[in-house]
Amino acid sequence: MISSNLLAVFYLISGVLFILALRGLSSPESSRQGNLFGIIGMAIAIGVTILSVDNFSTGFLYLLVLLLVGGSIGAFIAFKIPMTAMPELVAGFHSLVGLAAVFVAISAFLNPEVFNLGFPGKIKIASLIEMSLGAAIGAVTFTGSIIAFLKLRGLMSGSPITFFGQHYLNLTLGLILFGLIFYLCKTQIDNLFWTIIIISFLLGVLLIIPIGGADMPVVISMLNSYSGWAAAGIGFTLENTALIITGALVGSSGAILSYIMCKGMNRSFFNVILGGWGATDQSSSSKSKEQKPVKSGNADDAAFLMKNASSVIIVPGYGMAVAQAQHALREMVDALKKNGVKVTYAIHPVAGRMPGHMNVLLAEANVPYDEVFELEEINNDFANCDVAYVIGANDVTNPVAKTDPQSPIYGMPILDVEKSKSVLFVKRSLSPGYAGIDNDLFYRENTLMLFADAKKMTEDIIKNL
Amino acid sequence: MEIDPFIFRFSIFILSIFIGYYVVWSVTPSLHTPLMSVTNAISSVIIVGAIIAALAGKSENVFDTANIFGFLAIILAAVNIFGGFLVTQRMLSMYKKKKKDKK
Repeated sequence: MISSNLLAVFYLISGVLFILALRGLSSPESSRQGNLFGIIGMAIAIGVTILSVDNFSTGFLYLLVLLLVGGSIGAFIAFKIPMTAMPELVAGFHSLVGLAAVFVAISAFLNPEVFNLGFPGKIKIASLIEMSLGAAIGAVTFTGSIIAFLKLRGLMSGSPITFFGQHYLNLTLGLILFGLIFYLCKTQIDNLFWTIIIISFLLGVLLIIPIGGADMPVVISMLNSYSGWAAAGIGFTLENTALIITGALVGSSGAILSYIMCKGMNRSFFNVILGGWGATDQSSSSKSKEQKPVKSGNADDAAFLMKNASSVIIVPGYGMAVAQAQHALREMVDALKKNGVKVTYAIHPVAGRMPGHMNVLLAEANVPYDEVFELEEINNDFANCDVAYVIGANDVTNPVAKTDPQSPIYGMPILDVEKSKSVLFVKRSLSPGYAGIDNDLFYRENTLMLFADAKKMTEDIIKNL
Repeated sequence: MEIDPFIFRFSIFILSIFIGYYVVWSVTPSLHTPLMSVTNAISSVIIVGAIIAALAGKSENVFDTANIFGFLAIILAAVNIFGGFLVTQRMLSMYKKKKKDKK
């Protein structure tokens, strides 16, 4: 048994260790140490909590068993998951945090004495507000993340599901939630609490279904943020500093990532939340049906161009992940380097399905991280580069973002691929990307289209080098 | 006049948001995916609430409804803690610098 003051100090230490864990991520070198800090912080928090509950009887055994069971499942998933599946893994994990928050809130509501919150039917008003907010945000996170998971996994169509009055319905449900919390505080009726949770589950589904597949980076970041706010809400209920600090950290982290992703697409947060680009597909793609001349080449041409180049910039996108082409790509780059070609990688902020997705895939394929550059760092280099090898990216290279104010992606920062002397565009067909718009780049003089699967084409190029 | 302890916790909350804001802006964009998985892992510190919910109370009836919800939350959080930290570790171990001895 340890005193509550000592307990609070330990929770504070955990909180500080979590801050250091995030701080470590400022560079890959310090990041591994940072992760260790995070693990220590978690171990401290769990350890002192177990010590503080004076119950080493049967309950303690159950606790250990459950920790082991949950831990093994988690460890199994962590080792098995392919890196291309990281977005859905993170979405799945968010849903677990959300549901755990709901369960803890329910438990606190049913048995408030153990948390010193009052008695059933006479719970402190402040605690009631905190626990219903925690439960509501947790519930939204849970169902929202499930939908995001299903969309990312491909078990559900990635296209936006919209219906008339959707946003008004969501708004109404949100207002009803606040009304219910208010009445719950006044009357302490159990059923109100359950209704709050059920409506929040529903709201989570409704909030995520109208968002299209290409906007998933924003959705994941947003749910990341929600899971943090849910934890903070529960932290206030339980008067636990570790939870409050962590919740605030995670909440603001997710919010910043959402902001960065929205900026990467030049869209406002509300624009993303209120429905995807997919909705405008038809009008723009049917207009430009006339055949424009396209130069297409084969692996031999591509190999020749790149071998004789002095610098090549690789532009990977989600298509690379789908085709699992990152390893072949690294081999191709190794072969080019042997020929004395300078090769770098350019990554757009919203490439892939979650923030930093491409970087992880390249790291998995043993690409050194100091050869991989962000948009602002590398964009000026395209003008001096001989060949740009675009593999699985599309919209993020589309020059109309700079030239056509009518275009839905107008104003989006793009990689200036068109400035390089020649562009090799690996793509299966001329079909438009997720934004549903034609890419001008396909028809440029200096573009050579390589129509093939990204992995196969890259492998063929290696053979020709 | 005594200050409500809530205000203290609220101050911690607000200050932590600011810390989070500045710390996260300093995270290099190439590590944004590990950032998400590690924030996911640390938000599972909600397990402390689950442990209290599961174990506190009278020892003779561990299987109260409230306790059961606590136990369920422990499993969920445990999956997340182990999964989150380990997958982060796995990702971070892949980030390598250019090898100097490479010809």
